[in-house]
Amino acid sequence: MNPRTRAITVKVNGVAHTRDVEHRMTLADFLRHELGLTGTHVGCEHGVCGACTVLVDGLSMRGCLTLAVQADGREVSTVESLAADGALNALQQAFHARHGLQCGFCTPGILMTLTEFLRDHPRPTEAEVREVLSGHLCRCTGYQNLVAAALDAAAVIRGEANA
Amino acid sequence: MKPPPFQYHRPQSVADALRCLADHENARVLAGGQSLMPMLNLRIAYPDHLVDLGSIADLAYIREDGDEIAIGAMTAQRTIEFSGLVARRLPLMAEAILSVGHRQTRNRGTIGGSLCHLDPSAELALMATVYGATIVIAGPGGDRRLAMHEFAAGYMSPAIETGEIVTEVRFEPWAPGHGWGFTEIARRRGDFAIVAAAALVELEGDGRIRRAALALGGVAPVPLRVAAAEEALAGRIADDALLARATAACADVEPLEDAHVAPWYRRRLAPRLAQRVLADACRRARETRA
Repeated sequence: MNPRTRAITVKVNGVAHTRDVEHRMTLADFLRHELGLTGTHVGCEHGVCGACTVLVDGLSMRGCLTLAVQADGREVSTVESLAADGALNALQQAFHARHGLQCGFCTPGILMTLTEFLRDHPRPTEAEVREVLSGHLCRCTGYQNLVAAALDAAAVIRGEANA
Repeated sequence: MKPPPFQYHRPQSVADALRCLADHENARVLAGGQSLMPMLNLRIAYPDHLVDLGSIADLAYIREDGDEIAIGAMTAQRTIEFSGLVARRLPLMAEAILSVGHRQTRNRGTIGGSLCHLDPSAELALMATVYGATIVIAGPGGDRRLAMHEFAAGYMSPAIETGEIVTEVRFEPWAPGHGWGFTEIARRRGDFAIVAAAALVELEGDGRIRRAALALGGVAPVPLRVAAAEEALAGRIADDALLARATAACADVEPLEDAHVAPWYRRRLAPRLAQRVLADACRRARETRA
């Protein structure tokens, strides 16, 4: 056995995957190259831009600062989990309606951060949304529409507004 | 970039981790990975072995232990952020933790990892400095303890030997009713601070300062306690003039130069931020007495 690879089993979006991976492989590269889940984007590769953010056991974290071997036995959620049967969920619809993306490169990470955030904070203030979005960089849309989309989505998820 | 090749180890106990470190040359300890992983990806660090402490469950806790609050080295920054015990007994830390990176990095970053990385402007190193925390270190010969000022030996250089592991950080809470202040200037929310300042103040019944602690981050190779300011405040009634006089010495530092910030700017920020956090601490202490 190659001492630099290890067999891991990771549940991704509800499906268990077993692979032999290099120790040094990041979780983001594991999702993209081993599983073909290319919705998770890789930007800066040092934890600053947030494009690769995924949920591990329900908590948002950088896919580029987590090793695939560290996800062994854990549950990972990626942007591919959001649109059940191809229909955009409330958060994604709000991004569409509010023009919350242009090129879309940073969007998967932002959606995963907001998925965790709106689950834990169903009634966020605008300041709280800005605070949590500070962990992401978007270079084309700017942030106004992201904030608006997040607040819209929160209202829809609470059942106080229609999508 | 991608990390250089290494062999990954996942010990289940501190004893296993110490053995693993002893058995392998050029091994690095991996805590939450929010500093070491970027260093690997940027090819600044080239360990042959990574020893991940993430499976050692009994290194993650926050508990009262005698007169101190003991925090396990692998406690996530997120856990500190949401800890009722920290909010109650270490309110300064509860405030400062919100400036450590972002939600997405606090979910994974640890207190032990941050202290061992020892960035001069890191908020947790500043907290350990202002509280005068004790660092517990496990090694092949048993445990030893270092005061934070001994632990912070130099620029990003904690006083840990090869083969040792930080296991716990111990904070002594200040008396109920004490005041605190924290602030920092950063280019963007969540970025490393250009200068950060933290203060603790206890008042006498007549309003005089019983004791004060003041620490600055980002102005020296390691976080700095400003003893001259603390001594100038003891036994006095705090007003703006006194705070200005006491914190003037904070400009007397020789900050590092980096790509973004000239030393003169840090020298200018230091006394102003120091005055601000001391004023906040005095105000809070007065409010709880009122």
